[in-house]
Amino acid sequence: MDRFSWSNGLLEINETLVIQQRGVRLYDGDDKVQFHHPLAQVFNTVIKTCAKIVIHLHPSPANKEPGPYQNSKFSHIKLSFKEHGQIEFYRRLTEEMTQKRWENTPVSQPISTGTGPQAGRIRAVGIVGIERKIEEKRKETDKNISEAFEDLSKLMVKAKEMVELSRSIANKIKDKQGDITEDEVRIPLTVRYSKTCIKLILLHSRHGHLALIEFPELIEFRFFFLTDLLPPSFSSFFSPHVSWLACRLRVFDSGVMVVQLQSHSEEEMIASALDNVTEKGSLTAEEFAKLLGLSVLLSKERLLLAEKMGHLCRDDSVEGLRFYPNCF
Amino acid sequence: MSFEWPWQYNFPPFFTLQPNADTRQKQLAAWCSLVLSYCRHHKLYTVDVMEAQESPVFNNKKIERKLSVEAIQVVFEELRKKGNLEWLDKNKSRCLVMWRRPEEWGKLIYQWVSKNGMNNSVFTLYELSNGDDTDGEEFHGLEDWMLQRSLQALQTEGKAEIITMDDGKGVKFF
Repeated sequence: MDRFSWSNGLLEINETLVIQQRGVRLYDGDDKVQFHHPLAQVFNTVIKTCAKIVIHLHPSPANKEPGPYQNSKFSHIKLSFKEHGQIEFYRRLTEEMTQKRWENTPVSQPISTGTGPQAGRIRAVGIVGIERKIEEKRKETDKNISEAFEDLSKLMVKAKEMVELSRSIANKIKDKQGDITEDEVRIPLTVRYSKTCIKLILLHSRHGHLALIEFPELIEFRFFFLTDLLPPSFSSFFSPHVSWLACRLRVFDSGVMVVQLQSHSEEEMIASALDNVTEKGSLTAEEFAKLLGLSVLLSKERLLLAEKMGHLCRDDSVEGLRFYPNCF
Repeated sequence: MSFEWPWQYNFPPFFTLQPNADTRQKQLAAWCSLVLSYCRHHKLYTVDVMEAQESPVFNNKKIERKLSVEAIQVVFEELRKKGNLEWLDKNKSRCLVMWRRPEEWGKLIYQWVSKNGMNNSVFTLYELSNGDDTDGEEFHGLEDWMLQRSLQALQTEGKAEIITMDDGKGVKFF
């Protein structure tokens, strides 16, 4: 039986990556397969390879693309785990087998990979290779975008929560009539900023979280999807009192992107970094993050920015990266 | 007299090559000046890069910072551009550090000659670098290669002529 099929290594539309394991050798029945993949992957719709656990398989569907072994006397395949990991692999595999998640997807061809036998691990060079890479990239992008739109619904839910939050804050301030205690120092900032908001921003992080607010200053996320073309229904979630933040996108040299308040000045940011470092003598991104109550990632970007402007310099030692006032 | 370290020596960022171009320029200038004054203080003429890494100049044990070999190369390359250093091999593992350039040495020697009214006199190279007359002069003990370079510089200026004598080389000052 023809057990294996070629794949280009990318996930098909209804597949998700369940587990990856390095150093796995494939066996067609008891025969060692000529080549071994650096990675064996189990997808929820496709079992490409299995463990040193013997796996008996149903006959392949008639329309299966021909694989590397078009004839085999075996009805099972084997995997050997050269770099361990078989326990977890087995656990995830049985889990998938029990849940049968693939049955909940519209895919009717569990083995079909959608690519011909000429694809897969064969390395292509020249224009063909380049074209293939472009195509793979395009597929990846398509996938990301469709995922992002799926998350729009989640965003709606989050947005509602934000409205509630803002309302409660507004009420709280109204009740207290400006009498804000020390630990609530962030609240008026929130309100003040929210009154200046004019733009809508849709954020999408890779993990489906919406890292929307890191008051008082920044909204931070690593991967994001930004669009000005929000459906009109989106804005209806917000009461007239809760306007949006006036923001701009800032891409740091490292590639980290943040959405910044327009009222937020870079000069102030640099000055504050310099002040803090001067006061403490030197600071790591972690220490600076604690001082500001910001994330480490963002704190580091600020320190780097101040360094870039020539206000700080670095000490990169085994103890980590530490910033000093630029005394040179 | 002990060597006086510059303030940068105890500043940890001094031992990390700075990514900011302006900052790096100042940092390198400080390094060049430190290396030259250190070599001058200890009368060092040839430096081995691997050995240099362990030398106190590039390795401040007090603050536990040391300059990486790559950074040392950058400093040395900077010195080379300024005319204070010459590589001795292609792999750039050993170099001549000229905390005074040959022209500067030549000038010092010529000043001494003029001061003592010894123009038109002939000296052996040994007399100049190791003779009793030059004892106490800065160029006393100058390594031979450097002495020759200095004299060559003077010769180019027309202030001296290097002559070959039976037992080595000599020089006549004008």
